[in-house]
Amino acid sequence: MYKYDDYDQKLVDERVIQFRDQTQRYLDGKLEEAEYLPLRLQNGIYIQRLAPMLRVAIPYGMLNAEQLRKLAHVARTYDKGYAHFTTRQNVQFNWPTLESCPDILEELAKVEMHAIQTSGNCIRNTTTDQFAGIALDEISDPRPWCEIVRQWSTFHPEFAFLPRKFKIAISGSEEDRAAIKVHDVGLQLVKTDDGSIAFNVFVGGGLGRTPMIGDLVRENLPAKHLLTYLEAILRVYNQFGRRDNKYKARIKILVKALGVEEFARRVESEWNHVADGPSTINDNVIAKAASFFIDPDYESAPSEGEFERQREQNKAFSRFVTNNTQAHQKEGYIAVTLSLKKTGVAPGDVSDSQMDLIADLADKYSFGELRVSHHQNLILSDVKKSALFELWQILEDNSLATPNVGKLTDMICCPGGDFCALANAKSIPVAEAIQRRFDDLDHLYDLGDIDFNFSGCMNACGHHHIGNIGLLGVDRKGEEFYQISLGGRSGSTAGIGKILGPAVKQDRVPDVIESIMSVYVENRIEGESFVEAYHRLGQATFKERVYA
Amino acid sequence: MPKIILNQDIVEDTWLKVELEAELPTSGKVLLPYTTWLAGEFDSSSYEAVGVWIPNDTVFDSSADKLNQVSVVAIDFPVFSDGRAYTLARQLRERFDYQGELRAIGDVLQDQLFFMTRCGFNSFAVREDKSIEEALTALKPFSNAYQAALDKPQPLFAERWS
Repeated sequence: MYKYDDYDQKLVDERVIQFRDQTQRYLDGKLEEAEYLPLRLQNGIYIQRLAPMLRVAIPYGMLNAEQLRKLAHVARTYDKGYAHFTTRQNVQFNWPTLESCPDILEELAKVEMHAIQTSGNCIRNTTTDQFAGIALDEISDPRPWCEIVRQWSTFHPEFAFLPRKFKIAISGSEEDRAAIKVHDVGLQLVKTDDGSIAFNVFVGGGLGRTPMIGDLVRENLPAKHLLTYLEAILRVYNQFGRRDNKYKARIKILVKALGVEEFARRVESEWNHVADGPSTINDNVIAKAASFFIDPDYESAPSEGEFERQREQNKAFSRFVTNNTQAHQKEGYIAVTLSLKKTGVAPGDVSDSQMDLIADLADKYSFGELRVSHHQNLILSDVKKSALFELWQILEDNSLATPNVGKLTDMICCPGGDFCALANAKSIPVAEAIQRRFDDLDHLYDLGDIDFNFSGCMNACGHHHIGNIGLLGVDRKGEEFYQISLGGRSGSTAGIGKILGPAVKQDRVPDVIESIMSVYVENRIEGESFVEAYHRLGQATFKERVYA
Repeated sequence: MPKIILNQDIVEDTWLKVELEAELPTSGKVLLPYTTWLAGEFDSSSYEAVGVWIPNDTVFDSSADKLNQVSVVAIDFPVFSDGRAYTLARQLRERFDYQGELRAIGDVLQDQLFFMTRCGFNSFAVREDKSIEEALTALKPFSNAYQAALDKPQPLFAERWS
């Protein structure tokens, strides 16, 4: 993974000094609330319902064991002993004091971590596929490009005060696991006819109040032009994006208002002035960026040992292998997903001792590296198959082996009203009620792969619009209700789900989900997933049952 | 007399900003609204010097080339969190090759001076209720930067990775 040199280290160290001074000036009354607000947001600090929340960047989801140990230390020392992994591959602490945030940032800087631009109206953490570099369907590794974009976007002087937040995602594989079409900019790596690398550039996707799928604005952009082209997009957005209404300020609104052709024309016109300028990326730079993401020291086709026999003889292990592992480019290796969706634990939450343990396991079994997925799980990406049984036993003993990855109970879920000042509804107890209802594993597996996404409010941090089942918390005269939408999809066939009908009360949610599942089970044809069946059967069939 | 930061020094500001729609003064050094200046609706002989100030919703066309005729151009930040002026500054410096003093006016605060400098501003009318001396110490919180910009023509990768 990427390793800081003196330049990178100095920048994050200087950031800590700068932020410590800003916070001190605020506490001394020299900086007004409104003046401090964007400064703290651009350091990931929100003032939450009960305490400040600090969001720490995990650039494109790559994390090493030393960093995870530091996160455990922060959770233990400055928080209540746990952390929350987010849908944008970052991590959040829910209970630090504002006064301690500069100290936390100083600790994080020692392990090459920071909270720069994890919030605020600026370019946020670039996200990607959690299986980058190991996936069988990879066209090209997106991580060198993520790092190039990370550097370019960090303290970009022109784009620190955009109309609204700006999120970029990059996919390097055929199947889009980074949900690029629901990002402000989605970049799909492609190989052109002559074998060179290029990007298809999607603009104007997003969730929130006005969910939209991004439009293809530029096909086959030669990779060397990536930064100048992004600069042109951001410049058009910075200049013409709406600033009068925060709900209409995302780039998707601008793209729709201008029309994609006019938007693309303005970008090209801006790009003409900067194309081939100093930010053009030459082959040496691409090669240097790629050199940080070389393969670890894999053994050449190591024996699988007892793997197949163990799988045959142990049903629980077999379930884990089926659900929580992913094929690997290298023979004898496998990628392992640690589910942070155990029933009774808030989705994405992990304790300090679990983090310490996972860091040790990463060192022992996976070259000291981990990934965070936008599904809020952790991944050991390079495990020898021969060692998987032993690893699984340790995970099982520590509540990290819930075999539900990709299934109904592997919900994407925001922190909700238990923590967040914006949320209308508490997402965590409802998630738990659903997990309890679907606790029979055979039943869960029979239902197949289902993306179940859950947001506590319109801001859609839980990406409910693109869940096959989406749940949205709404407030009805002080009571918590839940609006259900069906048929949403992420990936290359991304689409926004359709609202099923009137919102239902909290205690009815598990029954409603069960009704929806029974319609699916009764009507599916062989091999058809829930979302496929939904689109074939149509909304009415489901609606009749739920609102009967 | 109000003070500004100009090329890293605190100096007295001798320019008078003429608001949009306001009556023109009869003498002195004036910063005229861009549209007034473009339209030529003033008598330049009555002034000691004429500069221009630019609202941040301006969209430049080729007439921005003419700005090189004046020695001071100011761009307005109606509120510090509105970032349009950064883009205008870069366009003015990079596309229209403006060489004179480029001044940030309006809600100009010390925590944004680094970004402003990188986008080509070399003059800062720090908001009156803030300490300009403190602001001067905050011009360069970072010793380097990743991107190419006005203070640094090559991105960091050209320096360390090429």
